[in-house]
Amino acid sequence: MKERELVIVGGGPAGMAAALAARAAGVEDVLLLERDQYLGGILNQCIHPGFGLHHFKEELTGPEYADRFIRQVKEDPGIEVSLRSFTVKLTKDKELSYLRPGAFEEVKAGAVILATGCRERTREMIPIPGTRPAGVYPAGLAQKMVNLEGWLPGKRAVIIGSGDIGLIMARRLALEGIAVKAVIEIQGASRGLVRNVVQCLEDFAIPLYLRHRVRAIRGRDRVESVEIARVDGDLKDIPGTDLEIACDTVLVSVGLIPENELLEMAGAEMDRRSNTPIAPEINRTSIPGIFACGNACKVYDLADWVTRDSELAGKMAADYLGSLA
Amino acid sequence: MTCIACPQGCFLEVETDGTSVIGLSGHKCSRGAVYARQEIEAPVRTLTTSVLARGMDLKMLPVRTSGPIPKGKLAEAMDAVKRITITSPVKAGAVVATDLLGLGADLIATRSLNKL
Ligand SMILES: Cc1cc2nc3c(=O)[nH]c(=O)nc-3n(C[C@H](O)[C@H](O)[C@H](O)COP(=O)(O)OP(=O)(O)OC[C@H]3O[C@@H](n4cnc5c(N)ncnc54)[C@H](O)[C@@H]3O)c2cc1C
Repeated sequence: MKERELVIVGGGPAGMAAALAARAAGVEDVLLLERDQYLGGILNQCIHPGFGLHHFKEELTGPEYADRFIRQVKEDPGIEVSLRSFTVKLTKDKELSYLRPGAFEEVKAGAVILATGCRERTREMIPIPGTRPAGVYPAGLAQKMVNLEGWLPGKRAVIIGSGDIGLIMARRLALEGIAVKAVIEIQGASRGLVRNVVQCLEDFAIPLYLRHRVRAIRGRDRVESVEIARVDGDLKDIPGTDLEIACDTVLVSVGLIPENELLEMAGAEMDRRSNTPIAPEINRTSIPGIFACGNACKVYDLADWVTRDSELAGKMAADYLGSLA
Repeated sequence: MTCIACPQGCFLEVETDGTSVIGLSGHKCSRGAVYARQEIEAPVRTLTTSVLARGMDLKMLPVRTSGPIPKGKLAEAMDAVKRITITSPVKAGAVVATDLLGLGADLIATRSLNKL
């Protein structure tokens, strides 16, 4: 089995920052595995501005923010980037298996950093009764379809959840000429940034229904409407407040969940509820020499903080490798 | 009003005489003052969207306006952007369309587009 000094899984902002920081801290050989055909991770679909204000002191879009790191990673002869490389296995002894077009590879790493990001919570993870018609999408998937594939999901949309992804998608759909009928939020305030509430909803006169819950999604083959109701302080429906909103599309934006199957496979201790590693310190796991950073470690709001903390992960991996030598 | 010059979202107390700002409090930095005047007198936004590409490595090229444009012109700007199709390589930062709708802002690629 081939031996590598440091193997990083995931080429989003977390993996790239960790790779560059590990190199700066003296690691000579880094293998960066990314399952997609591009580096950048989720940033490629986040075409809106709002990135880099802290890290670069200027406002960039997601692809621009990613590009700053992609350039540095590509120029560094000590970082080997392997695209279309899907890591399928990790053991506690830091042996990794990955698939790339036409090959199944196995490597043994001195240290491993998992920067595999998040997955979206789906409709199935929050109970919404009703039928199961077409037209219901996780908001991040819709973001990918609209921004990368140029495909519009419908004509009249309702968005469930007012976190940043929900808000950003409300504006995105509105700009594309889709009537965004409502954003539904069960809490008393949006969970997103204030500027997103202003720029994404108020600018387009999109109604935000706070303290409202979606009671049901209706429709035979395609979504026809959603039924909402006001909730009280205990999140129970208030009788007589039902409202039906006609729409053909529902975007569900109800949070992210770290993608940590590899860590679980390696036998690391996990917090079942948040799906994050249990460790005394950020970026660490219960297995020495296996680190987790970025959205795989905890769900971040801002890519800038992912960069900052993942640089620390690169440094920690370098220190660990140094302590072995 | 809420300042959206950066993600902090300061709450600004703004006093106006109907058309311009005469009093301001609540801002944590000087950008708040600039924002309040701008938002009262002529609100602007930077537009980000994507442009159709044909025969290239991406189906859609992400773009932004080089500077903010009047908020009321966003829909018209989107219509103009939708008429564009890109069929040759573009570098990140390159101009895709000059002076969009005569508003003084160019349309800029935010990612590189390459041949297949
Ligand atoms: C839909 C969505 C929208 C978001 N919008 C914003 C926003 O507007 N502004 C903001 O600041 N933040 C936003 N975020 C948060 C954003 O995810 C983080 O700020 C940051 O991009 C996370 O970086 P990361 O590198 O940890 O994860 P990601 O960017 O998700 O990168 C993880 C990478 O790992 C790869 N990968 C995963 N598993 C494997 C495997 N087994 N083998 C090989 N490769 C693998 C993935 O392909 C991906 O490229 C959004 C997140 C999501 C999910």
